[in-house]
Amino acid sequence: MNAAGRPVIPIASAGGGLYRAEKKIHPREIKGRFATWRWVLVFLTQALFYGLPWLEWNARQAVLFDLAARRFYVFGLVLYPQDFIFLAAILVVSAYGLFLFTAIAGRLWCGFACPQTVYTEIFLWIERRLEGDRTARMRLDAAPWNADKLRRRGAKHAAWILVALWTGFSFVGFFTPIRTLAAETAHLAFGPWEWFWILFYAFATWGNAGFMREQVCKYMCPYARFQSAMFDRDTMIVTYDTKRGEPRGARTKSLAHDALAGAGKGSCIDCSLCVQVCPTGIDIRNGLQYECIGCAACVDACDGVMDKMAYPRGLIRFATENGLERGWSRRQMLHHVARPRVLVYTAVLALIVGAIATTIALRAPFRVDVIRDRGALARQVEQGRIENVYRLQVMNASERPRHFRVGVTGLDGLVVASAPDLDVDGAQARWLAVRVQLPFESAQAAGAGVHPIRFQIDGAAGDVVNEKSTFVIPR
Amino acid sequence: MSDFFSAGWSVYIALAVILSLVGCLALLVITARGRSGAADGTTGHVWDSDLREMNNPMPRWWMILFVITIAFAAVYLLLYPGLGSAKGALAWSSADAWRHEQEAANAKLAVVYARYAKTPAADLARDKQAMAIGERLFVNNCSACHGSDARGNKGFPNLTDKDWLYGGSPETIVETITHGRHGMMPSMAAAVGDAKDVGNVANYVLSLSNSPHDVAAAEAGRAKFVICAACHGPDGKGNQAIGAPNLTDGIWLHGFGKDAIVAMVNGGKSNVMPAQEHRLTPEQIHVVGAYVWSLSNPQAQQPGSVAAR
Repeated sequence: MNAAGRPVIPIASAGGGLYRAEKKIHPREIKGRFATWRWVLVFLTQALFYGLPWLEWNARQAVLFDLAARRFYVFGLVLYPQDFIFLAAILVVSAYGLFLFTAIAGRLWCGFACPQTVYTEIFLWIERRLEGDRTARMRLDAAPWNADKLRRRGAKHAAWILVALWTGFSFVGFFTPIRTLAAETAHLAFGPWEWFWILFYAFATWGNAGFMREQVCKYMCPYARFQSAMFDRDTMIVTYDTKRGEPRGARTKSLAHDALAGAGKGSCIDCSLCVQVCPTGIDIRNGLQYECIGCAACVDACDGVMDKMAYPRGLIRFATENGLERGWSRRQMLHHVARPRVLVYTAVLALIVGAIATTIALRAPFRVDVIRDRGALARQVEQGRIENVYRLQVMNASERPRHFRVGVTGLDGLVVASAPDLDVDGAQARWLAVRVQLPFESAQAAGAGVHPIRFQIDGAAGDVVNEKSTFVIPR
Repeated sequence: MSDFFSAGWSVYIALAVILSLVGCLALLVITARGRSGAADGTTGHVWDSDLREMNNPMPRWWMILFVITIAFAAVYLLLYPGLGSAKGALAWSSADAWRHEQEAANAKLAVVYARYAKTPAADLARDKQAMAIGERLFVNNCSACHGSDARGNKGFPNLTDKDWLYGGSPETIVETITHGRHGMMPSMAAAVGDAKDVGNVANYVLSLSNSPHDVAAAEAGRAKFVICAACHGPDGKGNQAIGAPNLTDGIWLHGFGKDAIVAMVNGGKSNVMPAQEHRLTPEQIHVVGAYVWSLSNPQAQQPGSVAAR
């Protein structure tokens, strides 16, 4: 402890070099409240990831990002590249969500929902089934290569690669109809890009969840770094209660909790379980460290030990820095969590989500682009009428065929001289060449120059899209 | 073709690239070997008498990745262009890649065009896919003058009506597109007479299509029209063999009204449709010709719009 009452992390000798082989971490299996939560989230996120592409909607895949046709289907919605703003909105919501959760309870995302954590958890589960728990795996690491080691390692990698390939397959299934893809699997008849993404995504899954693991969080992930900047002294983070735990040390099991103070001991029995279960290999008792992904495995481990010792739980727990320092109760800490920055994040998040929901609800079921003809500015036709030509692109964002009628306003007597009707199939776009004519007298009255006009495209279902353009009257 | 004025620059750049790569590798090896800092795990530097910097080493896999990228760069520079103006072992170039892609695409298209080449224009006009290709060819190559709806502009003929300067059969259209046309109306002022005679002829020309005109002046101009009849025919219906326009149909390519006609008689006109034979293949011209033909033969096909992305 230094003068400010904060723990000082002892400087571990790095051996003097600028590079170091990272030690392989074999986290011990842990069961408990937070481990259960993590598994719940593993199942939820992966049911979504592996399951969503198989859902059908209106006789098509419910969620499909058809890059080649530039159509993005999300259940009832058909999105065009012009709807890209929604992607930006989703990213803004994700960012604010991350800010909010992190300000409240630290790296919740990292510890429970991040794909890196989720797939590592799945891969660890396979590893445990095939190679045994922490000590067995460490023994196997140290053992010389023999038939048994080869068999265990081989089985593990085979299982990992299967999961990884399935993951790559599901990923591509969001972009290529997954049922087509499944049919192609029988003959391995994937297209070149499908091959690339299935294998690349599988390789990344196998490498990141099987080998890189905490290295990704420590050295690659940018979110890990900036989440640390979202913490403050009222953020709930995984903490070791130093006041209660120290001085740590072994003791007989008969030493009751009440008698600890008298015996000059803290609650920590120094069993090192919290270190053994840590997926990033740190000792949480050294305080907040940048490697901590907030997974709370140490909380589960310590709670189990406290139960065995018949000590109250919570030697390691979610708590705020202020709370620990000032000895606040859990209630007091939670009270301080609702601080201005959290309220501002919440308000902004609610605002954006509301805005997106409103925009999607009010989105016109078709879009129109008006482009003036590239060839001619304007021309004179029979009886001195002035004619301008436009190309209208009508994009049907619904999934049924629709009929549209084109009208125009802005100058006296302005009419659509070409066929104004247009049929567009569901989720399709069509071009229509439109000739607009202005009577000679109106042209004289309006004078030469560029005049603003407006196209009305009537979807005949109470929805009209207005699109601005210009009408040129030559000198 | 060299990218540089002098071969010295190529050598300079090649050396700079090689030295940078070797420098990266050397830096990596030196820092990996050298022991840095103090035994207590800090870098050994002390600032402000108590501020020390911890040594937090990079993971070894990171260094290995760095070595792999250097090795990749070396292999890449051997195979592909990159060292100054050296071509690399594979002699790859973006121009070649583009040529190959174009050849492959043309080979694919050739099959489609070969089928179209054997089809008469009237049948092509009913082929939706052929007309979609024809429209795209038209928009890319013809619309700059004739407008994307092919209705032309002053000086650029409307291709959707029945008024053809040189004839509207598919064969003539193909001929026009392939070799182009040069329409020539000479200045006729001297032959016609004074300004009054020219005005009278203009009124007579207007009368041919029953456009607003001065009846007396038109009657006075009738005799002078003999000069014009040499090309436009005694009845003013034109001559498609030489591209002399029909003056009786109320279609005015170079402007409507007496003033426009007077200007034409006085000044003449030289109007050019450029030949497309060097821009388009005969098969493409056949398809775009059929498209143009279909525009004035709507019973064959209803043009106007095709499915677009």
